[in-house]
Amino acid sequence: MEVQTQTKPKSSIKKTIRITGAEALIKCLLAEGIDLIYGYPGGAIMPIYDKLYKYQDQLNHVLTRHEQGATHAAQGFARVTGKTGVVFATSGPGATNLVTGIADALIDSTPLVCITGQVASHLLGTDAFQETDIISISTPVTKWNYQVTKSSEIPKVIAKAFYIANSGRPGPVLIDITKDAQFGELDFVYEKCKAIRSYTPVPEMDINKVKAAAELINNAKKPFIVMGQGVILGQAEKELKALIKKTGIPIASTALGLSGLETDHPLFVGMVGMHGHYAPNIKTNECDVLIAIGMRFDDRVTGDLKRYAKQARIIHFEIDPAEVDKNVKTDVAVLGDVKVTLKALLPFVNETSHIQWHQEFKDLYELEYEVVIKDQLNPKKSGLTMGEVIEAINKYTKGEAVIVSDVGQHQMFACRYAKFTRTRSKITSGGLGTMGFALPAAIGAKMGVPDREVIAIIGDGGYQMTIQELGTIFQTKIPVKIVVLNNSFLGMVRQWQEMFFDRRYASTKMVNPDFVKIAEGYDIKAKRVDKREDLQAAIQEMVQSKEAYFLEVVIEKEDNVFPMIPTGASVSEVRLE
Amino acid sequence: MEKELLTVSIYTENFVGLLNRITTIFTKRHVNIESITASKSEIENVHRYTIVVRESETLIKKIVKVLEKQIDVIGAFYHSEDQTIYQEISLYKVNVENVNNSKFKEIITTNHAKIVAVEKEFVVIEKSGTKEETDKLYNELNPFGLMQFVRSGRVVITKQKMKISEILNNNKNN
Ligand SMILES: Cc1ncc(C[n+]2csc(CCOP(=O)(O)OP(=O)(O)O)c2C)c(N)n1
Repeated sequence: MEVQTQTKPKSSIKKTIRITGAEALIKCLLAEGIDLIYGYPGGAIMPIYDKLYKYQDQLNHVLTRHEQGATHAAQGFARVTGKTGVVFATSGPGATNLVTGIADALIDSTPLVCITGQVASHLLGTDAFQETDIISISTPVTKWNYQVTKSSEIPKVIAKAFYIANSGRPGPVLIDITKDAQFGELDFVYEKCKAIRSYTPVPEMDINKVKAAAELINNAKKPFIVMGQGVILGQAEKELKALIKKTGIPIASTALGLSGLETDHPLFVGMVGMHGHYAPNIKTNECDVLIAIGMRFDDRVTGDLKRYAKQARIIHFEIDPAEVDKNVKTDVAVLGDVKVTLKALLPFVNETSHIQWHQEFKDLYELEYEVVIKDQLNPKKSGLTMGEVIEAINKYTKGEAVIVSDVGQHQMFACRYAKFTRTRSKITSGGLGTMGFALPAAIGAKMGVPDREVIAIIGDGGYQMTIQELGTIFQTKIPVKIVVLNNSFLGMVRQWQEMFFDRRYASTKMVNPDFVKIAEGYDIKAKRVDKREDLQAAIQEMVQSKEAYFLEVVIEKEDNVFPMIPTGASVSEVRLE
Repeated sequence: MEKELLTVSIYTENFVGLLNRITTIFTKRHVNIESITASKSEIENVHRYTIVVRESETLIKKIVKVLEKQIDVIGAFYHSEDQTIYQEISLYKVNVENVNNSKFKEIITTNHAKIVAVEKEFVVIEKSGTKEETDKLYNELNPFGLMQFVRSGRVVITKQKMKISEILNNNKNN
């Protein structure tokens, strides 16, 4: 060997090794710094699992109980860490079970790399056992996908996959690898992907746009900022804070932007959108300059577009050109990485304060407090409210926890009432609204930030969509906390039936099993609370538990989330009751 | 917004499956594709799709941005009628018995069409041009017994530069 290295010229050519495609894949993951995978094995991906066995000291594979659970766990991990989540699944049903999670990751800009096994290439198109055309199926829900049929393609394709998933606006990538490509050998060498000629991850900032934005902001009497998840994804929390500190502009958040700014920041005025806070919704239609930062004007945020902020000049800070002017026509669009563009903006904006204007938000908050919040936190009814449960969680976690919520009323209560002191602490399925997201996502989140408290808040409906992941908790002993807010209804749908369908409760009543027994079957500490006087102690016990803990809280059956902007209404028509 | 005939030009890498990714972007928004052609382009290893749609400019503008966003799409553009030079090719299969008619010969000459194949039972006539031109020939040949008719999608040259090489170079230097 020594002789060989001496005779070889010192060139930049990297040494290759001869290995199988399956082993090459594992080595690619290691080269990308991956040490955690969520997945489920099956015939078409067995060569890869076989190599996983060999590398199990370097790669932790978490066997979820369903492939959908694997995607959500990977999403939870990615959302709290900013790193790319990795998922393995077999062909056919394994691959199709990923689709919901992938769609969720695309719409919520979450970096995932999903690896699916595929039947051998000579069987493609023959309707072979467990063959599905997962490339065609996943095309509309992936940022990129590719089918590998030759072992030699693996290093380059995987390098591309990781680069694409976690650059620019992040998103899910699916790589389908035929069984023969996993078995076949190649001369392996890995090089990270740094550029793709057809792909511009971050558009170049135009300083003139920054100046134009500053001018609008400087001349504004009633400026208003709405931040989205882009601030978190772009790690621009500090830059945002510097901007509001200097300008004194009131700021609200979308559901996914929550925790990007601490909840008790003096300028923070709450959440916008369908079940957002009263003031920011009303003031959207009264501000003179609306500054949207890393958000995409989702219809749940805007209500009726024809009556959305028509009086205001619109500034949009955005990384994805396709989001600009998609729903709301902007006056100034500042494209680029929000960390860079906000930093560039700061010297051009004047030091201002908008005390009077900010006071108007506070006045409306008082109104909302009187009509809505007070009753949630100190209810007159005997039944427990979701608001008071979240408030109790705030008390015992001091706003330090990662709150992972599912989809429904409890999700909106969690968004509205949970307090955050740290970024990347509110994880929920926003764009897709995927029931069943929270339990597996909380598992992934806890694995991503093991030193932090992670609490899943789930409805009795959504809990049963991925309840099998209790098995993953049982096997991994991951100490996540689970709170099921049980109102014996598919609450959010019931609320709509009550309000818009004359209380015709079609298929929304739930007859539920004994959740405590189920949790105990998985050896998870479990408790059920149905009285106000037991709530505080139960929450405290849960938060203090070093192990996983399941808490069912029986909630007032027919409570509603308010405020609410009914579908088709304008943000200014937000209803308090 | 009023609908108009617009041409979308898309330069892409040459990967299997890309056509599906591109067409779903139109179909998801209920945009009917009038015609679509795929070919190589002036740049080696770069493919070009030409898609003609009847749609509002506002929607096509958004669609073009979504097309651009696809990883393997190098650049996407849209053009109105007056910004393009285009041709469509039509083929007409006519029963051979009618060919010796002098009227028939006159039609071929005045329309600048060509006979591209002569078989025992039929002849095949080719005409390139605009839709109006190939339609005119269709109407004139119809009385002679059209056995088959087919028209291609538009192939389009745009007046505007599309700067694909610049895009490719920029991203390489990243
Ligand atoms: C997978 C999926 N199916 C259906 C829905 C529609 N949906 C939205 S909220 C909701 C009710 C959720 O009920 P539950 O989980 O009990 O939570 P709650 O609203 O009572 O807090 C339903 C059915 C959805 N969002 N996701």
